[in-house]
Formats: sequence, C-alpha cells, structure tokens
Amino acid sequence: MRGHGPESDIVMSSRIRLARNLAEFPFIRKCTPKDRTAVATAVHRALDSLPLSADTEYVDVAKLGDLDRQFLMERQLISHELNESQGARAVILDPKERFSIMVNEEDHLRLQVMQSGLDLESAWKRMDQLDDQLESKLTYAFTKRLGYLTACPTNVGTGLRVSVMLHLPALVTTKQIDKVFRALNKINVAVRGLFGEGSQFMGDFYQISNQTTLGKSELGLVAKVQEVVPRLIEYERRARDFLVSESRQDLHDNVSRALGILCTAKKISSEETMHYLSKVRMGVNLGLIEDVKIPTVNKLFIHTQPAHLQKLCGRKLSVTDRNIERANYLQLHLIKRSENEKN
Amino acid sequence: MKCQHCEKPATFHITELTEPSGPTVMHLCEEHARTFLSTDGTATPASALASLLAKQLKMEKVAEDLAISDKKTCPICGISFADFRKGGRLGCAYDYVAFEDELEPLLVNIHGALAHTGKVPTNQSGSPERQHRLMQLKSEMKEAITKEDYETASRLRDKISNIESDDESSWTDDALEEDLDDEDEEDDTFQAEPPIV
Repeated sequence: MRGHGPESDIVMSSRIRLARNLAEFPFIRKCTPKDRTAVATAVHRALDSLPLSADTEYVDVAKLGDLDRQFLMERQLISHELNESQGARAVILDPKERFSIMVNEEDHLRLQVMQSGLDLESAWKRMDQLDDQLESKLTYAFTKRLGYLTACPTNVGTGLRVSVMLHLPALVTTKQIDKVFRALNKINVAVRGLFGEGSQFMGDFYQISNQTTLGKSELGLVAKVQEVVPRLIEYERRARDFLVSESRQDLHDNVSRALGILCTAKKISSEETMHYLSKVRMGVNLGLIEDVKIPTVNKLFIHTQPAHLQKLCGRKLSVTDRNIERANYLQLHLIKRSENEKN
Repeated sequence: MKCQHCEKPATFHITELTEPSGPTVMHLCEEHARTFLSTDGTATPASALASLLAKQLKMEKVAEDLAISDKKTCPICGISFADFRKGGRLGCAYDYVAFEDELEPLLVNIHGALAHTGKVPTNQSGSPERQHRLMQLKSEMKEAITKEDYETASRLRDKISNIESDDESSWTDDALEEDLDDEDEEDDTFQAEPPIV
C-alpha cells in the first residue's frame, strides 16, 4: 500500500500466493509437534543453502509476543491463521516486504509475493522464481494428475491464489457493489475483505481473487483475475464521475466532514478511522481535498491499526487509550501534514 | 473457497431468489447447505419446496453412500473420510489416493476440473504413491529383520535405495501404478521403465 504503481488510485496492491507441502511429512492437521519442528528445520536449512537467505530474515513466530505477531498480521506478512495457531511456525521476511514465506500455516509452506498497484504478471514472475529456488532444495508433494497437493482440496493443483486489493468507495456509495459481486461470482472470481478469507469489508477495500486452482495454468489464472480488474476500475471510475457530476456538493460535504472528524476527534476506533479515511482517500483522488496527499492517507490506514499504534507508542495500550492515541496520531499527521504541504 | 459459516470448503453455491433484499449468493459447505436447505417454518412456499426437494433428492440417498465413504481410512495418516468432512482438511498427501473416489466429485464441484495443467516441479519424486511405497518397503524390511530373514531384508533394502536414489522422472505415477500391480512378484522388476511422455 505504498500508493504508487499502475492505477494506484483504485488498485492498492497485487498479491500472489502459492500453497506447497513437503512430501515427507503429513499435512498440518496430522503433524506431531516433532513433525512441525522438522518441517520448520527442513525449510530453514533449505533457505540457508540458497542465495535468497542473504537478504531475508527467518522469524520464529512461536517465539514472538502477541503484539509482534499482530503487527506482522496488520502488515499482511503473516495470516490470521499463522498468528493464532499453536506450535512450531515461522515466517521468512524480505526486508523490503516484497514477499514472505509462511511455514506451518494451513499448508507447510505459503509463499506470497506483494506488489504495489496492478502488476500481476511481474508478481507471478517473481513468485515463479522464488518457488523454483525453494523447490531446488525441497521435495514438494505433487502428482502429475492433480498437481501440487494441499491440505484443503480448494487449493489443489496450482496452489495459486491471485488477488488484487481494490478501493471501491464510489461503488459502495452508489450501492452498486452487490451487483458487481454477483457478476464476479458468476465467473468464479471471489471477493473478500481486507485481511482475506472471512474478514470484514473495511474501509471500502475489497480483495478479488480466483476461486479455482485446478484445471488452469498459473498464467491462465493470473489472466482471469487480471482481465476482471480493468472492468472494476472502469465501474468505480464511472461511479465516481456520476457522484461528481450529479451530487458534487453532497460528495464534497461528505468527504470534508470525514476529514473534519479525523482532524478533531478525541477518541476514535480503528473501524471508524478506516471508514473516514476511505472517504478522505476518495476526496483526495477526486481533487475535492487538496491539502492531504495519498501516500499520507495510505500510511494512516496502516499505522492506525492497533498493533502499529502500540508499536509507535512503544508500549501496550488498552482499547480506550488506543482510541485516544489514534485520534492524536491522526491529528498530528493530517493537520501537521496539511500545514507543511501548504508551506 | 471456504464456507461462509465455517472453515470447510464451500461446495454448494446457492443463489436465494426469495430474499426480500433481492437475490443473495451463498457459499456453503455440505453441512451448512443441508441446514440451510432444511430450514423451514418462516420460509416462503418456494423455499419450503426447495427444502423438501433437497431432502428427498440429496440427503436420504447421499446419507447411505456417505456412511460407507465415511468409514474409509487412509493407511498412512489414519484419518477417516468422516474426519476430513468434519474438519475440511486432509491429513496427508496420500489421502488424495486413499479417498480418490470420494474426492473426485468434490473437486469437480469446486474447480470444475480434474486435471492439473499448471507448473510441474523439476523434482517429481514427491508423489504420495512413492512415499507410500517407501513406507511399505521399510516396514516389510523391519519385519524381515525381526524374522531374521536377512536375504529378503537385503533385497528390500536394495529396492528402497533404488527408489530413494532415483529421484527423477522414473518415479512418476504411471511407473508406480504398474509397479504396485506386480507387488507380489519375486523378481526385482520394481524399478519400472521410465514412462514415455
């Protein structure tokens, strides 16, 4: 969510993940604690023998505290499942956060590659290389007929999930979003919330991804998601144009009030923050709010989440204290930033 | 895709046309789909009819077949098909072989396909059949050693090392299937010819 890359006013990020399992071990649900440790060791050892290891960090997630785990989850470097589960588990991190590899998640390995804006093909290229490197040292469970074997049959075959995170506030405001989802569902494209499966739709962010993993090539699946995105971008742009032409005053009022609340509230929850930041983001993109920049808004989406906020403060905070701290943080960045940008 | 109400794979995609807010699409696992389809009472006549049909067509007939399938157990990891249906996760790669008949309709339902056409790893020795065969041979070797049948044990040891050293394409599924058929033969033909691709 760095706010650059193609179509970055609507497309936040592109993400590709692969599910892989080591042939010598049972799947996670039948792994003994010893097996889990052995899987982690095998992966760690494989990584150490690759040039990749020079620039990555192997993090033992089981040894991390709650706050650190949640922090990684908020940055989408680990999943909810890896955060919550028990036993030996790890994540391999790229310092630039272009990829991460989760160990002992739902599958032994979950590789993910992230990219700002819409750029699925180059994300797949990087993923393919990353997978090749690991595969040269590890034996994956694979059959010619069914491809890569995964713990859940919904991922078997390519083990690939291609997803694009979109910011669709105008489609939400014009109440067209459900219609769009129904159309996507018909063509086997899934819609999820900010943090993937089972998460809430927050801040008008939607993740769209392929529903099937078997029977199509990786590039075929990439193309399928890729082909839907321009249409969604176009729908969102049309909805934005409609709002500007039909009710510019109302829209301007709405986004300005959102900014007003963020700049003046004394206590604010993260849900409320997301809700108003989303409106501000649309306002900035439509030129209705001039003194705030998109990268600032994108940063605030991330930094106002609970674990980030506590990390920034350097201590654990209660919910109430977080809400106060969040309000302070927003004001500091939105007001100071707008004054700095004016000067 | 997972069920909207639990972690299991969503194999039923139901479009409810009678909701007052307009059509709603639901993605449900078998169990929740059943619950959904069987709820009546406040439901409209149309959905009551749907639930009746679902009961007649799906549940009773499937129930019998399911009872048989549910008892199937994977010889490697020990989970039964019922365990899988409960948790939505398989226990090991060999489950795809052990529960092949049960999983096939599920895969068709989820993916609309049954054949992988994507990436193939360079190292293809990770087939579950190969793992299974290795495990079998290892336990046979142990048994032979216990019985002090060293001749058999050494033959088995050679077979194992043949499989283990040969980690390239000759251990594809086809070669293994052929081999598993002649399991009882005494001679050393276990290392099948590399298949013609």
